[in-house]
Amino acid sequence: MTGIAMNWNSWSEFLHMGGYAFYVWGSYAVTAALIVGEILLLRSHRQKALTLAKRTVKYGKVEKEEGNDEVAA
Amino acid sequence: MMSGINWYKYSSPATFYGLAGKMIPWFYGAAALLCVAGLYIGLVLAPTDFQQSDAYRIIFIHVPAAWMSMFIYVVMAFWAALGLAFNTRLSFMMASALAPTGAMLTFVSLWTGALWGKPTWGAWWVWDARLTSELILFFLYLGFMALQAAIDDPRRADRAGALIALVGVVNVPIIYFSVRWWNTLHQGASVSMTKAPSMAAIMLVGMLVMALAAWMYAIAAALSRARSIILEREKNSQWVTQMVEDEV
Repeated sequence: MTGIAMNWNSWSEFLHMGGYAFYVWGSYAVTAALIVGEILLLRSHRQKALTLAKRTVKYGKVEKEEGNDEVAA
Repeated sequence: MMSGINWYKYSSPATFYGLAGKMIPWFYGAAALLCVAGLYIGLVLAPTDFQQSDAYRIIFIHVPAAWMSMFIYVVMAFWAALGLAFNTRLSFMMASALAPTGAMLTFVSLWTGALWGKPTWGAWWVWDARLTSELILFFLYLGFMALQAAIDDPRRADRAGALIALVGVVNVPIIYFSVRWWNTLHQGASVSMTKAPSMAAIMLVGMLVMALAAWMYAIAAALSRARSIILEREKNSQWVTQMVEDEV
């Protein structure tokens, strides 16, 4: 992108967004928060699923030895 | 004869689980890089609009989010249809994995639309065709998720959810064409296949880069959620047992 200059002369001008700071930053901040929130939820979902799988393997064995060896198709 | 690719192999949750695990970091990485580039173009390089001043910079998230909200729904309905037709477990799991990300992006498009509408139209919200049909899309996603959560038997939950996904898919062309079919406050498409885009090149580039970033993020998030759903549902299967034992 050579030949394209920055649109802003200062940080304060950038943050001011031509008077629309509330609307512009309100949009970007909420979107960023939602994405970070989803990533955190995905991480905790994965941890829960792993724990569940480990617990099933640990305690599911007992059932199998008792003759209840139902295998998911 | 079919090509050498064994599609059945990839429709097995065990194969998919491993493959998705390898792909997720790449999609997250691509999403992050594209997002930084897109934000730089959109917020730093792109000039102030002569009509809308800097309020227009909201479109760099609004348009990609709105595109993805519709696209994800179509993909979700596609997986649901495939699941109903072939009774493949993985298809239903993919449909379930897409819904929360789709709902989140639909909310983003509504939220950013409101924050753009207030300074530009003078109203946070109007009951016009485009906005109303996008709101219905949001409720369709929520309905799909609520219905699946409410039914204990996963097979019945899958089928009920698939039905909502399929019935609701008629809403997507309504959203897309609403600005043409009805006289709405929402502007027409800025980008279309048939005519030159009605915006400056740099603004367009910023928007497209952000759209690609949203695409990569949605894929990463959906794959990640699909893996957790697979683990939950296949916890009794041989391959999960094997994997857990190998890890310990």
